[in-house]
Amino acid sequence: MKRLGKRLLAGPYLMWMLLFTVVPLVLLAYNAFTGADGSFTLTNVAVILDPVNGKPFLRSIGMSVLVTVICLVLSFPLALILRKCSGNKNSFIVMIFILPMWMNFMLRTLAWRLILLNNGILNQILTALGFGRVHLMNTIWAVILGTVYDYLPFMVLPIYNALVKIDNDVISAAQDLGAGQWTILRRIIIPLSIPGVVSGITMVMVPSISEFVIASMLGGGKVYLIGNVIEQAFNSGYADIHAGSGLSLSLMVLILISMVIYRLFDGEEGESSLW
Amino acid sequence: MVSVAGREADSVKKHNMLWKKCTAAGMAVLLTASGLLTACGTSGQKAVQRIVVFNYGDYIDRDVLKQFEKETGISVAYEEFLTPEAMYTKYKNGTIHYDLICCSDYMLDKMIREKDVRKIDMDRLKYAGNIGDTYWKLSRNFDPDNSYSVPYFWGTVGILYNPKLLDFTPDSWKDLWRKDYKDNIIMQDSVRDSFVPALRQLGYSINTTDKKQLKEAQKLLLEQKDLVQSYLVDEVRDDMANEQAAMAVIYSGEAGLARDYNEDLEFVVPKEGSDVWMDSWVIPKDGENYEGALKFLDFLCRKDIAMKNFEYVYYSTPNTAVLDEIDPEEKADDPVIFQSEDVVKNCEMFRYLGKDMEEYYNYMWKQLKAY
Amino acid sequence: MVKQKVIDTASRVYLIFALILLYLPILILIISSFNASPRNKAVWGGFSLEGYGKLIHNDMIMQALGTTILLAAGAALVSTVLGTMACIGMLGMKKRSRTWLMGLTNIPMLNADIVTGVALMLLFSRFVDLSFWTMLIAHITLIIPYVVLCVQPKVMHLNTSMYEAALDLGASPVYAFWKVVLPELVPGIVAGFMLSFTMSLDDFSVTYFTKAPGIHTMSTMINAEYRKGIQTELYALSTIVFLLVLLVLFLMNRKAWKKVDGVRGRKGGRQREKA
Repeated sequence: MKRLGKRLLAGPYLMWMLLFTVVPLVLLAYNAFTGADGSFTLTNVAVILDPVNGKPFLRSIGMSVLVTVICLVLSFPLALILRKCSGNKNSFIVMIFILPMWMNFMLRTLAWRLILLNNGILNQILTALGFGRVHLMNTIWAVILGTVYDYLPFMVLPIYNALVKIDNDVISAAQDLGAGQWTILRRIIIPLSIPGVVSGITMVMVPSISEFVIASMLGGGKVYLIGNVIEQAFNSGYADIHAGSGLSLSLMVLILISMVIYRLFDGEEGESSLW
Repeated sequence: MVSVAGREADSVKKHNMLWKKCTAAGMAVLLTASGLLTACGTSGQKAVQRIVVFNYGDYIDRDVLKQFEKETGISVAYEEFLTPEAMYTKYKNGTIHYDLICCSDYMLDKMIREKDVRKIDMDRLKYAGNIGDTYWKLSRNFDPDNSYSVPYFWGTVGILYNPKLLDFTPDSWKDLWRKDYKDNIIMQDSVRDSFVPALRQLGYSINTTDKKQLKEAQKLLLEQKDLVQSYLVDEVRDDMANEQAAMAVIYSGEAGLARDYNEDLEFVVPKEGSDVWMDSWVIPKDGENYEGALKFLDFLCRKDIAMKNFEYVYYSTPNTAVLDEIDPEEKADDPVIFQSEDVVKNCEMFRYLGKDMEEYYNYMWKQLKAY
Repeated sequence: MVKQKVIDTASRVYLIFALILLYLPILILIISSFNASPRNKAVWGGFSLEGYGKLIHNDMIMQALGTTILLAAGAALVSTVLGTMACIGMLGMKKRSRTWLMGLTNIPMLNADIVTGVALMLLFSRFVDLSFWTMLIAHITLIIPYVVLCVQPKVMHLNTSMYEAALDLGASPVYAFWKVVLPELVPGIVAGFMLSFTMSLDDFSVTYFTKAPGIHTMSTMINAEYRKGIQTELYALSTIVFLLVLLVLFLMNRKAWKKVDGVRGRKGGRQREKA
């Protein structure tokens, strides 16, 4: 009897994923655990302990945590407000938040450069208003600002999607039973938003930890992150693909471990709903 | 209708067969993919003649490429890199077979010593004679018998400054350490260049292999880091023209361009001496079109093309045919591009210092960036 | 009630603040594209359309734009087909193998882009020359999980008995698939396609490491060029892209609204009939 679910259909996908995600990662691990002469060594994995690599690594972790927290704090109220603006305008408002994502992120970062430069737009406005200049460009704060800006929609949309699914009747019922705004937020909205928050955090934290383009565009070579270190190991500096692989592997393992812990705490697998 | 149980039984029965089919389909994808891969691996060399050219950013007039394609029918795949180290890494990766690379002295020194490049049949270059003797001589620093490289542009490294933003006239590398100009200083974001100001001000050679001296220099640079606005390469020119900073370490050629954009800017080679550099073309060993590369090299040396390129790039050119064309007044007007011999006398050229030293320099630099 | 009003006003202010933050860089890109000042775009140097004129004659930007769109469309198409097939295939799998496959899907999602890029580069550099095709493969690998994540929930909610009923009524499997199954999946497939297309458009890290000589996407081209003098053209391009996207969104929304109105109209009609 013919059935719909034919495993055969998943074959090409399975092969693709094995060939182009598993095999490269095996290759990466192989490079990480071998020296230039092909013999087994742990030195390349241990390079992460050298402060030259360790410091940027810690800096990246700290920065991505900070970026994630800022994004979360900014996004939650925004998602709540967007939920309230329900009705027909709904899809339009969501689109307004997606629209900037369709502009190349490097162009948007370039715009931030214009704003933040020492005699850029922001400082021109500040001096015109009689305030002193702020020195943001080429500091870690400029990089954080750029990264938050770039990843904000990735936090807003999943939370919004989770909040929209909350039935208005549930809230009305709570109100009828005498619950105040605060109680509703605490007992209904926040618990029900968790899946969105979970995928939001994942979607912001993972890419921001390995960020290196924004750092080189807004950091002026003074903000050195693990992404820059890895990029340098492969593309500039004196090529050391083995050390680069070791660093990449460390980064990957860190992300995987934190994701496993994170999902354990979370219990249920969060539904990643960006759209 | 099929019940769930039936479906299960069915699936168990067909389990083996299905998996075989699944693997077969997968193999098909695999074959297609590898077919695709080999197809793109071999195409290109056979169909149309082409050369792959690797050069610094914004270092050629793109019209020159077009004209070459038109005149010879050889298509040019043109790639750019930011620093010599980036070039070397990419080249060594071997994923791309470059036919021509333009790079700086010390990196060429390394490539020539490692026998990574081919001898160039200079006799077959009709226009190689356009390159002046002085520059062939300068080239001998890294290419002792002038058989592996053809000079492209040359210059020095110095300080570009904006008198409007300064209340003194810089003439020493030490001026880049002045605390009253915090956040007004731009340094170079590449390993060897960044050490020049520190090493020369300490009175050491820019090719020092003494680790103690290097450590001293690194200490100076670390102290300076807090004063530095940014470490940049290509952006220095525009940032200085836009008055983002008061002083910057820069190549003379870039300084000339910046002065073109902003007339206030001045350039000085500090009294402690500096680096004189030479960017030349080499033909890598694993290039696939030696003939095409020769044609391109000769084309670049031709007077009209060299002129066009000089006007676009506006760095100091070693092409005497071009230099003869330019009237003395213009030369006197722009001492940055048409530098005097005296300035050069006080300068050294970078040399390749061997793998260990190279790694040590790089490590020192990484420490500077990471802390 | 006063409290409610305060909350409403605060929400509105916050929303406006967020929108300004979101669109400020884009606004600056647009203004800069008309700025006649040749180099310093942070200073207004008069109105000019020069950037637009130069844009059309800039082969490099035009080629990069073409490559980007071709790459995104091709990669999104292939991954939508492969991903959808995989999702349908998963229907016939036992829970364990399905979880296994979803775990595989999560690898490129949870891995840092830079690691994915580096790993693919290691694979390619070992076996082939880099070319457009390696970039395509890399992009497909990067975006395919998004298709699976969008389509999979729809497939899981599929009512398979409809399909079986169609077969029982004499429909061929292919016909039944096209007429019964596919229509139900369309929203998920469209969302998957759009999301993967967007991800491919915006990618930098993976392209950067798997790029062929002489080929640029918008991201890598901007990375190579923004330091030099071509900024006006880039701003002009971003303005055009923004306006195009805005137009598309506007048209899509009008269509969506019409549909909503249509459904409402019909409902209203039925109610009237009842009355």
